[in-house]
Amino acid sequence: MTKLKVGIIGSGNIGTDLMYKIERSDVLEMSVMVGIDPNSDGLQRAAKRGYETIATGIDGLVERLDLVDIVFDATSAYAHQQNSDALTAAGKKVIDLTPAAIGPFVVPPVNLQEHLDKANVNMVTCGGQATIPMIHAISRVVPVAYAEIVATISSKSAGPGTRANIDEFTSTTSRAIEVVGGAKKGKAIILLNPAEPPIIMRDTIHVLVEEAGHEDAIRASIEEMVTAVQAYVPGYSLKANTVFEGTKISVFVEVEGAADYLPAYAGNLDIMTAAAVQVANEIARHALQEVTQ
Amino acid sequence: MSQVTILDVSLRDGSHAVRHAFTEAQVRAAAKGLNAAGVRYFEVSHGDGLGGSSLQYGLSATDELKLIEAAASECTNSDVSVLLIPGIGTKQDLQNAVTAGAKMVRVATHVTEADVAAQHIQLGRELGLKTVGFLMMAHMAPVEKVVEQAKLFESYGAEVVYVTDSAGAMLPQDVTVRVEALRDALTCDIGFHAHNNLSMAMANTVAAVQAGATFIDGSMRALGAGAGNTQTEVMVSVLEKYGYATGIDLYKLLDVATDVIAPIMQQPQEITAGSLVLGHAGVYSSFLLHAQKAAQQFGVDERDILMTLGNMKAVGGQEDLIYEVAQQLQRA
Repeated sequence: MTKLKVGIIGSGNIGTDLMYKIERSDVLEMSVMVGIDPNSDGLQRAAKRGYETIATGIDGLVERLDLVDIVFDATSAYAHQQNSDALTAAGKKVIDLTPAAIGPFVVPPVNLQEHLDKANVNMVTCGGQATIPMIHAISRVVPVAYAEIVATISSKSAGPGTRANIDEFTSTTSRAIEVVGGAKKGKAIILLNPAEPPIIMRDTIHVLVEEAGHEDAIRASIEEMVTAVQAYVPGYSLKANTVFEGTKISVFVEVEGAADYLPAYAGNLDIMTAAAVQVANEIARHALQEVTQ
Repeated sequence: MSQVTILDVSLRDGSHAVRHAFTEAQVRAAAKGLNAAGVRYFEVSHGDGLGGSSLQYGLSATDELKLIEAAASECTNSDVSVLLIPGIGTKQDLQNAVTAGAKMVRVATHVTEADVAAQHIQLGRELGLKTVGFLMMAHMAPVEKVVEQAKLFESYGAEVVYVTDSAGAMLPQDVTVRVEALRDALTCDIGFHAHNNLSMAMANTVAAVQAGATFIDGSMRALGAGAGNTQTEVMVSVLEKYGYATGIDLYKLLDVATDVIAPIMQQPQEITAGSLVLGHAGVYSSFLLHAQKAAQQFGVDERDILMTLGNMKAVGGQEDLIYEVAQQLQRA
């Protein structure tokens, strides 16, 4: 079976971690790493593993579009618009890991099948990937009036991009809680904890449902969703028992990373890249299937 | 006579103590009194700052923007400050607060995470606000780290940088070394914010002022998280005895404390077992009432919850950990 060729723009933590995950795919072939600093760890690792590297950013990639079918963009919301325009005009699929959100939000176990044909899809945020499956697990049982998530990540796993644009995390995540999670109103909070050794990413989901009760159905739905997320993020688990207080439900999740590039505490990085590769795998299977039909 | 600027936080830190249930009438009455007493700045926000109304920290009974607007409308001399913790509140929240009448912003981060506040501090300056950087849980970082982070705040445009003892865990010597180090390393003003969990709030306040801090926080009747803050009206008297000018009319301030704040209080601001453990273990003061509730719900000891959180090095805002720890203790 042929594979789709993958390019990654952005040779930082996310881009480098993506490279390792793509190597494990049976429908994707790592092709080119694109950065702007030839000395970056990501470009050097890619070159060492025998992949093409481009150190002149999107302009360089546009000269070599033959190298890619699907492109992951792990740069910034600001750069993404231009990157996306150049790539989609040439018929390339774009998976956006920045907060730009030009294309629809995708959270794999919730709505991936709806968006396989889109030219550009957005991966929300790490906190969104970790929590929206749980919100959806509740909202498919009983209507959710309000959902709020608290993502706590280790300071070491928060890169300069996240730090400089922390409001983008809260606004993008809140929007996706509503659009994908199915809550009528969403809110997101992010906390950084500098403890050593670094803490593993934890996420708490508080929701207000429109009708109390249904506890067994909600617990079962949550368990089922945890299993669905574990299919691509094995370190995803419930950290404590779900708490029911009237119409308020609190779910506690921990996300341990696969330690492909950053250590296991950086579950926030892992769940973004694992979800993005999951999306690319499905897009590739879908595209390859259409070709064979 | 040296000048000290007192900032009253009753209507923000006190929000924790009243479970975020301030009414517009209460805030209006307190604001009117603080303005009349000559308090230059006072803070109005949810306890966890703008956007803090949440299931995680407690929902505000009245929208904080309405409270800010009511307070600002009573001010002829005073200015209303707002607290903004990036990650909880956003630049949009700050813009809304300014529309409602805020004239000062205090942008708060954990003591090691100042760089998440760059955009918010810059926005504060662009909007013409008195702009302050607030380093929370300052007991958790060594002096050099506090200095490094304070310099970041100053480089973004902060006009005052606070050493914030959010856990009420510091001793006077801890305050002295931190404030003196900032005094030497920065050109902007230095501030100090205390909690009274170890009965050290006033001693720490005096140490801060003597080390060169010129902005000091207090709350009337000590109304604040944990065992509360340095009591503003007592601080006015004490600082005057030490020879500092505050510009505040003590009698008028006592009137607000007695007539407005005292009747609002849901429990006395005494040092209970729980609040003492906050200071002892170095835990964010607003965890107290949440830990008390979880202790009842899960049948465990609030002191054990708080002690465990201290050992885990929880930071401000991690109230969700309380549920997990209470469940673990229940199973143990």
